Amino acid sequence: MLETSSSKEDAKTSVRDDAERQPGRKSTHEDGDVAGLGKRRAVAFVAPALALVSVFLIFPAVWTLYLGLTNYGLTGSQALNPQFVGIDNYVSALTNPAFLNSLWLTVLFVFGSALIGQSFLGFLIAWMMMRVSRVVRGVVEFFVLLGWIIPSSVSTFLWFALLDGGSGTLNLLLHTPGTAWLLQFPMWSIIVFNTWVGTAFSMLLFSSALASVPPSQLESARSAGAGAWAQLRDVIFPHIRGHILTNTLLITLWTFNTFTPYLLTAGGPDGRSEILPVFIYKLALQNGMLGQGAAISLIMIVLNLMIALVYIRLLRTREQ
Amino acid sequence: MTSLKVEKTSSAAERESKNGLATPAVRKFLGRIGTTVFVALVLAFFAIPILWLVFAPFDAHPSMNVKLPEFTLKNFAVLFGDSSALSSLRNSVVLAAGTMVIVLIFGSIASYALSRVRIPGREFLLYSLLLLSSIITGTAAMVPIFLLMVRLNLIDSQLGVILVLSAGMLPTVIFILKDFMDSTPKSYEESARLYGAKPLRILWDVVIPIARPGLATISVWAVVQVWGNFLMPFILLTSPDKTPAAVIMYTFYTQGGQPNLALISAFSLVFSFPVILMYFFVSRRYGFRFHGGIKS
Amino acid sequence: MHRKHLVSVGSLLTASVVLAGCGGTQASVANPQLNANAKQVTLSLTANAISGGKNAQEADWVTKYVIPQFEAAQKKKGVDVKVTFDPNGVDDAPYKTKISLALNTGGGADVISIDGIWVGEFADAGYIKPLSTVVGKDVSPKWPGWSQIKPAVQQVMTYKNNLYGIPDGTDGRVIYFNKNLFKRAGLPTDWQPQSWSDIISAAQKLKSLPGVTPIQINAGSAMGEATTMQGVLPLLVGTGSPILKNGKWQGDSAGLRSTLDLYAKIYGSGKLGDPQLQQAANGRDQSFAAFAKNKLGMIIESDYLWRSVINPSNGTAPMATRDSAVGWAKIPAESAGTGVNGQNFVSMSGGSGEVLNPKTKYPQQAFELMTFMNSAAAVRARLGNTPQVTARDDVNSQVLASDPLLSYIAKDVLPITIYRPSLSDYTKVSTALQNATDSVVNGTSAGNAATTYEKALEGIVGAGNVFK
Repeated sequence: MLETSSSKEDAKTSVRDDAERQPGRKSTHEDGDVAGLGKRRAVAFVAPALALVSVFLIFPAVWTLYLGLTNYGLTGSQALNPQFVGIDNYVSALTNPAFLNSLWLTVLFVFGSALIGQSFLGFLIAWMMMRVSRVVRGVVEFFVLLGWIIPSSVSTFLWFALLDGGSGTLNLLLHTPGTAWLLQFPMWSIIVFNTWVGTAFSMLLFSSALASVPPSQLESARSAGAGAWAQLRDVIFPHIRGHILTNTLLITLWTFNTFTPYLLTAGGPDGRSEILPVFIYKLALQNGMLGQGAAISLIMIVLNLMIALVYIRLLRTREQ
Repeated sequence: MTSLKVEKTSSAAERESKNGLATPAVRKFLGRIGTTVFVALVLAFFAIPILWLVFAPFDAHPSMNVKLPEFTLKNFAVLFGDSSALSSLRNSVVLAAGTMVIVLIFGSIASYALSRVRIPGREFLLYSLLLLSSIITGTAAMVPIFLLMVRLNLIDSQLGVILVLSAGMLPTVIFILKDFMDSTPKSYEESARLYGAKPLRILWDVVIPIARPGLATISVWAVVQVWGNFLMPFILLTSPDKTPAAVIMYTFYTQGGQPNLALISAFSLVFSFPVILMYFFVSRRYGFRFHGGIKS
Repeated sequence: MHRKHLVSVGSLLTASVVLAGCGGTQASVANPQLNANAKQVTLSLTANAISGGKNAQEADWVTKYVIPQFEAAQKKKGVDVKVTFDPNGVDDAPYKTKISLALNTGGGADVISIDGIWVGEFADAGYIKPLSTVVGKDVSPKWPGWSQIKPAVQQVMTYKNNLYGIPDGTDGRVIYFNKNLFKRAGLPTDWQPQSWSDIISAAQKLKSLPGVTPIQINAGSAMGEATTMQGVLPLLVGTGSPILKNGKWQGDSAGLRSTLDLYAKIYGSGKLGDPQLQQAANGRDQSFAAFAKNKLGMIIESDYLWRSVINPSNGTAPMATRDSAVGWAKIPAESAGTGVNGQNFVSMSGGSGEVLNPKTKYPQQAFELMTFMNSAAAVRARLGNTPQVTARDDVNSQVLASDPLLSYIAKDVLPITIYRPSLSDYTKVSTALQNATDSVVNGTSAGNAATTYEKALEGIVGAGNVFK
C-alpha cells in the first residue's frame, strides 16, 4: 500500500469530526489514530517533551530574543545596566559590511555544503550502494560514517593534517607543495570539510528512503528496458519526493547553524570564511556583545524560517 | 503514467541495440567501471583524512602531518596515567547516555502521538520548535541558559547539562521520528486494536519494534551530538571531576600553550573509540533505517 | 488550537515575569567583616591552569604548595580552612566568559586569577570591587608586600585609581635577533637599533641570506592580542602617544599611519616578512619554530619567547644554542626622542593578578589567601627553577640574577614600559587595530586601513572620544 505522508489538508474537516466524537469510541481511520489514543492521551504523550522544551528551550530562546533588543554585554557597564535599544542592533547589523559578508558566505556555504555536498553526494552514494555487493556497501558506509561519528574536535586535527600548507597529506597527493589550503581557499576548505562530516546522515536518510521504494515497481521498470535515469525519474523520485524535501530541509538548517568550521579556520583569514555562526561566536565569546549576538540569532531564525517555508511550499505542491 | 514512459525508453533501447553502438552489454560494462571509479573516489575522500588518527597516536614525536610513526605506545601510557583524562570519558558516557534516554523516551512517545493523532497546531508547534532550537545551540543563548540554571540550582550538575542538551535536540528528534512514523503502515496497529489491545500496549508491542531502526539511528545521532559538545558542559560544569572528554581535549596544551600533539592524538583515538563501537553495535543489530519498515 | 496557544502564551508570560526580576547583578556589597572570626572556613580559587595541561606548573603549585601550606598555617592559628582549586585549561576568551558568567550570577570562586586588562570591564560590570570595599579601607595597605611592587606594576590591577587585586607578574617586550645570522649578513652582534630605519636596513641586509625571513612583527587577527601587544602598540608608542591619552583613544593619527606604513613596508613589496604566517591559525607558533631553527632574523616578542619557547631545557620550540645565538635590544622609537614621554626606546608590558569575589562569604580570609599566594616565599616556590619576571622586586633580584635576558627586562625595560589601558573598550579597540594590520598585510594601503580603523573606533567609543 502506497503510503503518502498524512494528509495535512484534511485538518479542517477532522477537527470538526473530532469535536463530535467522544473519547472511548472506536475511531474511523480518517485521522490516523489507529491505536485509539484519543486526544487526551495524545496530549499526555506530548506533554513530557513539551514540558522539558518549554523550560529549557522556549524560555531561554525567548529571553535571548529579548536580549536582542538591548545592548546587553557580558562585561563592562552594559552588563550592569543594559539599556533597551529597540531595533538599533538590527539596524547596525544590517548595515554592517562584516555581517553582510558573513551572510553571503553562509549562503555560499549552505549551497555548497548542504545542497550540493551533503544532499546530492549523500543521495548519489545511497543510490550507487544499491548496485554494489554487500561487502563493498558495508565498507563504504563505514568510512562515510566515520566522518560523522568522529567528534568534531578530533576531525579538526585530521583536516589540519590533510590541508597543512607545509607537508599536508593533500599537498603530498596532488604534488602541490606549499599550498596553504586553509589560507588560500578558506571557503572551499570549510565546504569540503563540512561535506565530509555531514554526508553520512544524508546517505542514511536517502538509503532508507530508497529502500522503501517497492522493488516490484523497479523490477517492472527495469525489465521494460528503462535505463538508470528513467528508473530514477519515473519510479524512485515519485516515491521519495516527500523524504527528499524533509531530509534536505533538516540538512540545510543544520548546515546553516553549524559552528564547527570555526575550529578549522576561525573565520579567517581576514573574515573570508566567517559564516554566521562563527560571526556570532566571535561577537558573543570574544567581545561579550550578547545583545548584538542575540539580534543576529533572530535574523538567522527568520532566514531559516524563509527556507523552511520554501520547503513546506514544495512539499504541499507535491501532494496536490 | 509510468508505463508510457517505460515503453518509450524500451523502444529507444531497441533502436540503440539495432545500431550496435551502445549495446546493453557495453553499457553495463561502462556502468561497472563508472561505479568502481565512483566507489574508489568516495572511499579515498572519506578514508584519507583518517590516516592521521591511525598513525599519530603511535608516534613518539607526532607532528601535524601524516607520517610513518616512530612506533611507541608511550602516548597511551601517559594518557592512562592521567586520571582526569579517563574520568572525563566516564563523564562523557554519563552525559551521552542520559541525554539519549530522555530524548528516546520523550521523543518517541511525542512523535507517535503527533503522527497518529491530529492535535491542532502540531505543524506550527513542530516547525517553530525546530527553528527555536537553533538559538539554543548557538552561543547567543549562553547567558539566559546560564542564568536559568543558576535559578534552578543546576549549575555544576550533570543532570542540568543533560536537560539542556535534551531540550535542544528534542525538536529535531520529534521531527525526524514523526516523519518516520508517518510512513510506517498502520495496518499492524489496526489489527492489534481489533484484537482489543490498549494503546500503550500497541505502542510497546507493535510500534516500537517496527520503529526500532529509526530509534536506533536517533540514539546514535543523539550520542554523537552530546559526545562532541564543548560549550554547554564547559559553561555549566565547574568541578574537574565532572568535565567530559570534549572539554578535557582542549586542555591538552603544554605549559606554554602549544597543543600537545602526543596526548591529543592518543586521546582522540580513545575518545573516538566508544562512538565507533556504538555504531558497529547498532548497525549490526538494527541496521540504520528510517522510513517505512515494511514494504508491500 | 486553544490548548497549544495557551501553552505558548503561558510560557511567554512566565518569561516576562522572571525577566522583570532579573535585571543586572544584585546591588548589595557584602560586609568586609563578614565571618571574620569564623573557625571553619571554606575558600575556593580558580585560574586558567590545569595539571598536565596549560600552565601546569602554576596548577601544581596551587595544589601542592599553596593549599597545604596555607591550610597548615591557618591551623596553627586555630582556624580550620578548606581550600579547593577549580582548574581550567582553555584559551583566554572561554576562560574570561566562564568567570564572567559566574560573577554575573553572584557565584564563582573566592579568589580569581585574571588578566590585568580585564580589570576595567569587570569593574564596570560590577563583577569586582575595589579592595578597600571588599576587605575594608585599612586592611589592604597594611600588607607589607606592596613596598616590593613598583607603582608602575601596581597599575596592572588598578582602575580609576582603585586597587582591585594583587598583581602577580609582569613582562616586557624587546626585539630579539639571531647573532649568527647577523654575523653572516655583516651586522654587529651587539646591535641596538636607534630608530625604525635601523631595523629596516638590518632587515634588508638579512634578505640576502637564503631561506631566511628577515623580520617578524605580529600582524593580523589570527594572533589576537599578540598582534596588538607585540606588534602595533610597541610601534605606536614609539610615535609619540599611547593608545589612550586623557580619556581619548588614538584614531587615524600620523603615528598610526606611520605604524601601518611600516607594516606595509615589511609585508608588502619589500618582502621583509612572511605575510602568510600572519594569517595562519597557528602563525605565532610557526614564527617561534622558525626563529628556533635559525630561519628568522629578528622578532619582537616578550620574555615569554626566551623562557618558555626557545628555552633549551623545556621550551616548546627549544633552541639548543639560545644562550650564545640569541641577542636582544630595546625597541626603538620611530626615531630618537619621538617615543612616549620623549623616550628614545619603548616597550609594552602586560600583567596578571588575583582579585577577590565581592560576594565571598569570607572576605578577610580570602584576602589572607591572596596575600599568602603573593608572599615572597610563595612566589619563589611558584617559579621553581624557571625564572620569570614577577611583580615583586625582592624576588626578581634573587631569582633573575642567573638569567641575563630576564634581569635585563627587570632592570632596563620595566622602567620605560607602558601598560595597556584597562578600560572595558580596550579589547574592542585592540580588535580594530588587529583588523587594520590584517588589511595592510592583505594589500590595503596604510591610509585606507587607517580610515577604516577610525570609523570602527568611533563605533566603539563614540566620535567625541577619539584624538588624532
